Amino acid sequence: MEKNNLKAWLYLLPAIAFLGVFMVYPLIDVFIYSFEEGYNSASQTFFGVGTYNYSYVLHDPYFLQAVKNTFILVFITVPISTGLALLISVGLSSIKALKNLYQTIYFLPYVTNTLAVGLVFMILFKKTPYTDGLANLIISWFGGGSIDFIGGPYWAKMFVLCFYTVWVVLPFKILILTSALASVRQDYYNAAKVDGTSKLRIFTRITLPMISPTLFYLIITGFIGAFKAYSDVVALFGTDLNAAEMNTIVGYVYDMLYGNSGGYPSYASAAAIILFAIVLTITCINLLVSKKHVHYN
Amino acid sequence: MNYEKIEKSAQTRKKVVNVVVYVLLSIWAIMVLFPFYWMILTSFQSYSAYNSEYIPQLFTLSPTLQNYVDAFTTVPLARYFTNTLIFTLATTGIMLVVTVLAAFAFARMEFKGKNIVFTLFLSLMMIPSELVIITNYVTITNLEMRNTFMGLILPSVTSVFYIYLLKENFAQIPDELYYAAKVDGTSDFRYLRRVMIPICKHTIVTITILKVIECWNSYVWPRLITDNQLYYLVSNGIQEIRENGFGRENIPAMMAAVVVISVPLIVLFLIFHKKIMAGVARGGTKG
Repeated sequence: MEKNNLKAWLYLLPAIAFLGVFMVYPLIDVFIYSFEEGYNSASQTFFGVGTYNYSYVLHDPYFLQAVKNTFILVFITVPISTGLALLISVGLSSIKALKNLYQTIYFLPYVTNTLAVGLVFMILFKKTPYTDGLANLIISWFGGGSIDFIGGPYWAKMFVLCFYTVWVVLPFKILILTSALASVRQDYYNAAKVDGTSKLRIFTRITLPMISPTLFYLIITGFIGAFKAYSDVVALFGTDLNAAEMNTIVGYVYDMLYGNSGGYPSYASAAAIILFAIVLTITCINLLVSKKHVHYN
Repeated sequence: MNYEKIEKSAQTRKKVVNVVVYVLLSIWAIMVLFPFYWMILTSFQSYSAYNSEYIPQLFTLSPTLQNYVDAFTTVPLARYFTNTLIFTLATTGIMLVVTVLAAFAFARMEFKGKNIVFTLFLSLMMIPSELVIITNYVTITNLEMRNTFMGLILPSVTSVFYIYLLKENFAQIPDELYYAAKVDGTSDFRYLRRVMIPICKHTIVTITILKVIECWNSYVWPRLITDNQLYYLVSNGIQEIRENGFGRENIPAMMAAVVVISVPLIVLFLIFHKKIMAGVARGGTKG
């Protein structure tokens, strides 16, 4: 190929301009912000440079609550959603009739607006003076008392949040796992059948190892996605998440930046960098674990 | 004799397992569909009928369209809708141009520093948007582009992943085609438009659909950058309706609004479901 430097850069110019202004520069800037103490967004001045912002954020009870909520959410929803997705995908790949219909239905939540459907979930679980809501009706069939899932006890709110999160993330996982299961070569199964291997053994010795790269990919992206939970939380509990004790780390970042408690880009930056560090650490741990257990061919 | 018995019991077992699988799959299908059913059902109930049901009913005998009228007249739903449409089309359009040009440069052209630039691009894929959104918010505020379409669109345009996806696809086109076109005196740009884009139509459609879904559902950036109702997108509109909506907590009207903003993507999905699912399987993530 001939070299035509100028022309090539011209083709790249739009992408480089956009990425430079809205990704590279902000990335450097966020670190600078996070070390500028006492930054005032109105006058754009600051007192000094240091780690005060980090220590402020780490001692803020709202941040600690957000970290706790996020960790609970992550460690409940990632295993449950991955397991459930695996179960459903295995079920899906064992049937023939109606398979496409089920697949299409299961994928539906992926294309819907998280905030809009979150509102429906809120109504299903909310207890108002007019009605206890459908969720409570079902609980009462089993003889339970009614609970306000949206404005009530902490565990009830967390339950709804986890439930909704699983509902939202499953479509993607089911889709990916179903296509991974379909790509396992039929020869392996046939060979196992000839040997009279039991179904369970086929699953643990052939299917699981063969789809383990996909499974770990889903676990890693699942962790990253769950750590960034925000809009589904807003959908259920409204924008004032601190009052609802339901804030997440990302929610804390945005609250610091904007809204009633906003105007502190320095605190927001420090919190965002802490989040990034947490996600990076968890991802590295995941990768280390996957090296031991994942079968790549 | 005994052998027949074993075969028979194996067959019944298979049937039982099959039934169990179908029952479980159907339960999850109901879990997925139920919220949609509930939102449609509620949206057709009148305000008084809904609030007088202490025990929720699974159907209604007196459907009404009043809520849809309310949703369009009491709150500026049509406005939110148009805003989102403009935002989605403009963002997707600009994204396509930027992505195609960059992917072409990486796949087809030879220039100094290509590998370094490409590696830098790839490394940007790992940057979470939460990290850059803070400065972008300050940038857009300083440029006085809050509550403008420019402010909404510009930072949402770039997607390194799509550039990568398309570049990989472009690179699969055999070089011979390019040389043949060169011999005929075709310009690079014309070659890109007439040969590469048609060949890679599949990938381009995929990234278009993924971007449209992303734009239609985007919430965080629009929320930061707009506080004027005239520029709200549907997600912010829904949140606004929820907080100060119809003057009273009018859930049926809220559900009508939810139905209205969910319908376009669901229709799009029902038409293109094979393409969308294949596309997401290839290059989608959520969040």
